[in-house]
Amino acid sequence: MDILGKRYYFFALSLVFIVTGLVLLAINGVPLSIDFTGGSMLEIRFDDATTPDTADILAIYENAGIDDAQVTTTEIDSLIIRSSFLTNEVRDEVLTNLQSTSGTTISVIRFDSVGPSIGEQVTQRAAIAIAVASILVVLFIIWSFRKVDNAFRYGVCAILAMLHDIAIIFSITGIGAYFFNWQVDSLFLTALLTVIGFSMQDTIVVFDRIRENSNIFRRLEYEKLVNHSIMQTLQRSINTQLMTVEFLLLALALFGGVTLQEFAIILLVGLLSGTYSSIFVAAPILVLWEKREWQTWFGRKAEA
Amino acid sequence: MDGDIYRMIRNLPNRIALIVVILALALWIDLSSEINITNPLTDLPMFSRNVAPRLGLDLQGGLQVLLEADLPENAQIDAAQMEIARNIVQQRTDALGVNENVIQIAGERRIVGEFPGLEDTESVLETIQQTGLLEFVDTGDFSPEPGTILTTDYNPSGEPVVAAEGELVFRTVMTGAELSSVTVTPDTLGTSYIISFVLKSDGAKVFAEHTAANIGKFLTIVLDKQVISSPVINDAIIGGEGSISGGFTAESANAFAVQLRYGSLPVPLKIVETRIIGPTLGADSLNKSLTAGLIGMVIVVLFMIIYYRLPGIVAVISIFIYAAIAFAIFKWFHFTLTLPGIAGFMLSTGTALDSNILIFERMKEELRSGRSLIQAMDLGWSRAWSSIRDSNLAAIITSVILFWFGSTFGATIVKGFSLTLALGVLISLFTAIYVTRTLLAVTLKTFKPKNFERWFGL
Repeated sequence: MDILGKRYYFFALSLVFIVTGLVLLAINGVPLSIDFTGGSMLEIRFDDATTPDTADILAIYENAGIDDAQVTTTEIDSLIIRSSFLTNEVRDEVLTNLQSTSGTTISVIRFDSVGPSIGEQVTQRAAIAIAVASILVVLFIIWSFRKVDNAFRYGVCAILAMLHDIAIIFSITGIGAYFFNWQVDSLFLTALLTVIGFSMQDTIVVFDRIRENSNIFRRLEYEKLVNHSIMQTLQRSINTQLMTVEFLLLALALFGGVTLQEFAIILLVGLLSGTYSSIFVAAPILVLWEKREWQTWFGRKAEA
Repeated sequence: MDGDIYRMIRNLPNRIALIVVILALALWIDLSSEINITNPLTDLPMFSRNVAPRLGLDLQGGLQVLLEADLPENAQIDAAQMEIARNIVQQRTDALGVNENVIQIAGERRIVGEFPGLEDTESVLETIQQTGLLEFVDTGDFSPEPGTILTTDYNPSGEPVVAAEGELVFRTVMTGAELSSVTVTPDTLGTSYIISFVLKSDGAKVFAEHTAANIGKFLTIVLDKQVISSPVINDAIIGGEGSISGGFTAESANAFAVQLRYGSLPVPLKIVETRIIGPTLGADSLNKSLTAGLIGMVIVVLFMIIYYRLPGIVAVISIFIYAAIAFAIFKWFHFTLTLPGIAGFMLSTGTALDSNILIFERMKEELRSGRSLIQAMDLGWSRAWSSIRDSNLAAIITSVILFWFGSTFGATIVKGFSLTLALGVLISLFTAIYVTRTLLAVTLKTFKPKNFERWFGL
């Protein structure tokens, strides 16, 4: 099977998917949860089914000096009230008032209250940490591939594949946000980290075969060598993908709960992309780089 | 690596013994909640360690607070002072009788407090933010050195203070609860600083009476029974506004004012983030993840056995050993299991499976090209090794960086994820190098399969 011959189709496929999602993301704005923007989220359930009116709840919040509360109902008959940052005193006041208005006991399912500066800083530092880790991995790959020509390219291509997977994750999030009101929360960060870890491992396995083959088939043309290596590792790629994804998918799709389903889907797409990008992005870019194909992109093709 | 396999086969009994010992130890820890070793000669306990599993807040419910130094963004915060503040928070919350609360410093200016299984969150939050006990003590003509421990007659519980023999009990004039505000201002000459304070109305009355009657005597300021300063009363302080002078520099005056305002915390703390996860949500997540993990595991086992046949069975045993060791290590070192932690563990389980798949795919390749079973096993392993090593090392590099980031910044999600990932990958390296190989050699030696198609799914 000639995978590399069709490399521009695969690039186009990735590009279409990434651009679609990112455009939706741009139109919609990145739907950051309070983990990043700051604010509070109170999820409560009323013991008897006497949930007070939304207007009453909003009035209670307004009395406490919070005028941006939003109330949504969930599948499990609980209420989620989002608002700006609540101090613990205000939260207690609100809960007491809700209790007296509804006349029943309220159980707090969860309460998150995040100061405005925290999320932003965590995001920045997370980005720095990922960048540092990426640079170290590039250096590690360069060192590890030092006996192969152009070891540097392998490191760069592994990172390009990783960036591709990150872009895919943002794209699926953009699509989810547009159609299903997904939010980027701290679980999103976990999914992102998982995919980054997987993406690097997967790319290195494919590259390892290229490294091994370039010692065996010294005379073979580079494109054929890379294609051969991909074909040799294909069965492993598929099986590992089945294992990890099947495993994670089932484990997490069954979690129920809207937030965790979202997490499971992002992971699923991201891990698929991790395998896809090793074969259809990282390896083809190696070949493209070897042939310096960008020289023919804008001018007339050398040989049509 | 050629020829290595023969040495390994000669060594098989030893290798098997080691695996059995490790597995037995792991299972012992996995299945108990406490490890006790008794000395057989004396029947006295020699060693004891609690290995009960620890579940994170997201799995059992509880409270998490992030405290931040209430100081300007650019203020330099002394690490030693943060550590003192952390200790104080720990002591205060320990006194509440909350189980397994964890108070950790996160970065330069934050402290994370976690209280698993806690439902009464108000008392914890109050306790954390409460100030230390500040007292104004009448010490008469005696001026104790800062740092001296004094016994006073004030007891918050209202019970009388019983003094040890020969010990002086001083009278507490009033407590820090009567302070309404504390400010630092330069004195009239501008050479040193004074601390001005305003008292609440009750305190003002008591203070006025006491100071009027005790001019020239010492009024010692005591924090949690420890002397911080012992100024002399120069004038009666009427009207509830007074000041303390005594050659303070801007720095020492501010430090003193902070102590007056916030009690014993050397760094003022404010709550910047609160998360409460109700016990039902936690239990729900735990149950669903256990069920899901089990179903996922069954599918993996079936797939591995159907697809890889004999080696598949070996892989399943090896993954089981991997999981037993990993879980035992998590329990032994008291790691808290959270949802992100489980995600990291799943990824490393995927890695462990990947190592097996890589080895078996190579073995099949070698068998197809007509090698003998022993050769195929040897080559399959040695050729898969470089990719296992490099991909796992990359994963370890990534998780070390993420762990460092997570712990310096209090991003508990990232920390939990990277810790289980790194450990999982290390353990999976061991099981791939040692366990899978040994078990494979044993199996092939015992079964001596001839029909490769049937036993290997060629």
